[in-house]
Amino acid sequence: MKTTPAPGPREKATEGRVLNIFSHGMLILWAFMVVLPLLWAVMTSFKTDKEIFSSPWALPDSLHFDNWSRAWTEANMSDYFLNTIIVVGFSLLGTMLLGSMAAYVLARFEFPGNRFIYFLFIGGMSFPIILALVPLFYVMQNLSLLNTLPGLILVYIGYSLPFTVFFMTAFFRTLPSSVAEAAFVDGASHTRTFFQVMLPMAKPGLISITIFNFLGQWNQYMLPTVLNTEPDNKVLTQGLVQLAVSQGYKGDWSGLFAGLVMAMLPVLAAYIVFQRQVVQGLTAGALK
Amino acid sequence: MQHGKYRFIVGFLTAPLAIYGLFVIWPFIQSIYYSFTDWSGLSPEFKMVGFKNYTRLLDDEVFWKSLQHSVMLVVLLPLVTLTMALFFAFMLNVGGRRRKNAAIAGVRGSAFYKVVYFFPQVLSIAIVALLFQFAYNPNSGAINSALKAIGLDSVQPDWLGDPDLALWCVFAVLVWCTVGFFVVLFSAGMASIPKDYYEAALLDGANRITTFFKITLPLLWDTVQSGWAYVGILALGAEAFAVVQIMTVGPNGGGPDYSTTVLPLYVYQKAFRDGQAAYATTIGVALLIVTLLFVAVVMKLGRRERLEY
Repeated sequence: MKTTPAPGPREKATEGRVLNIFSHGMLILWAFMVVLPLLWAVMTSFKTDKEIFSSPWALPDSLHFDNWSRAWTEANMSDYFLNTIIVVGFSLLGTMLLGSMAAYVLARFEFPGNRFIYFLFIGGMSFPIILALVPLFYVMQNLSLLNTLPGLILVYIGYSLPFTVFFMTAFFRTLPSSVAEAAFVDGASHTRTFFQVMLPMAKPGLISITIFNFLGQWNQYMLPTVLNTEPDNKVLTQGLVQLAVSQGYKGDWSGLFAGLVMAMLPVLAAYIVFQRQVVQGLTAGALK
Repeated sequence: MQHGKYRFIVGFLTAPLAIYGLFVIWPFIQSIYYSFTDWSGLSPEFKMVGFKNYTRLLDDEVFWKSLQHSVMLVVLLPLVTLTMALFFAFMLNVGGRRRKNAAIAGVRGSAFYKVVYFFPQVLSIAIVALLFQFAYNPNSGAINSALKAIGLDSVQPDWLGDPDLALWCVFAVLVWCTVGFFVVLFSAGMASIPKDYYEAALLDGANRITTFFKITLPLLWDTVQSGWAYVGILALGAEAFAVVQIMTVGPNGGGPDYSTTVLPLYVYQKAFRDGQAAYATTIGVALLIVTLLFVAVVMKLGRRERLEY
């Protein structure tokens, strides 16, 4: 059913050109809107407080690196960084180990309760975390884990498990069973088969989900805000927010901007270097 | 493979289940139980009060405001974000000048756009919220100064301080954060649609708008649907909490005259600011119901014949 004839070559060309200008225009506009706030923050982090207030869009008259050193030492950014690295490092390790162990068992063994446990895990993906946080606060208090880094690590692991188990179960199901059986026939125990044969085979899946969990845990804000109010134990995100609140009275805006940029740059740099893996990890991770 | 099987299964499941059960499932069940008590959270004593917390919700003006804002976010955020993302992704993949031998082509530099658009996705929502809080500052923020610089001295809104604007400012930040991720995701989906479909459509005289609605969107529908659920859960949960709590004014956030408060923030305020833990869990149960309803609607509206290609 052809009602209109195909456009001739000439019409085609003009349609292409108008559309091309339009699409480029829109695309450039959005790229600009994404980059501008980030560049503005970097620029502002080199200014004096006076410049920030009098001319927010002008370039700094000279580069005030002292903002950065002040943020790093006096505003405790170094401590926040260290806390974040400790918490994320251990939670990531725990999440990946425990998550793939559970996923492996659920994906490859038949036993009573298998389906139930699987749905128990993946059910956690859709319920609002904040609902569980109120009693969790008191569970942590009773276990003396409130406001401690190990407590925060355990909670991060708990809340990362649903997605990790979901994703890794699907992944382990796709691996061929012949290799595992061969290893088992050769006398390897189940545990050994898992660590020496199956886990290495699952490497692509492990990388994707590690990146997904890394970004999620590094950027976590709600869990530490509620469960970790000890000033010495603050992680990067809550430390910065805390700083912003107190700066309202102290007025070291340039130091605060330096801190903000300091927290942004490592992830942005890592993203630019490992862009392909990050995009694959996040997109595979988010919507499988 | 039977030897030691059960010992192995138990050994591998105990630790993950213990952590998950203790820190996620158990508090979750407890919170529903607490919503029927008068527990303050400050002392260990409480008694059962039946549905008293639930009837109190009905008369709580701030609860209704929070609910209204959360519902607005969950309806509008996926709509705006996904529409924009589909538009940009289509431009990137199909908007280019037609070259020789190709029915459709992406714009030049599409790889670059995808890299840049993805930036906000790797940043912490807390850091993004702080950054925009400065940008919105009415006196020396980036936005009002930019308006002044282009001669709009008279247009100097109070942004986050204006009860009519504050929620929209928050909304814009959430859009800013989420669009890029879906541009990349939808682009990947579009790239896997066979080129012959477009060629056939163009031969039949279809323009790009028709090809988008007749070919691209139907073949991408599964991805759009899961994206819809994903953005909706963000809009109801942690992301909305962080943005509202950090950016908007008032004690612990919530905006002038509760104009930006959302359900997760209200749960937080009741539990940890006002010492009304039981009532907070009741609001949490309401949030859970909204979330489940939302997921059900997405599933229902999104169901279609799956297209194989």
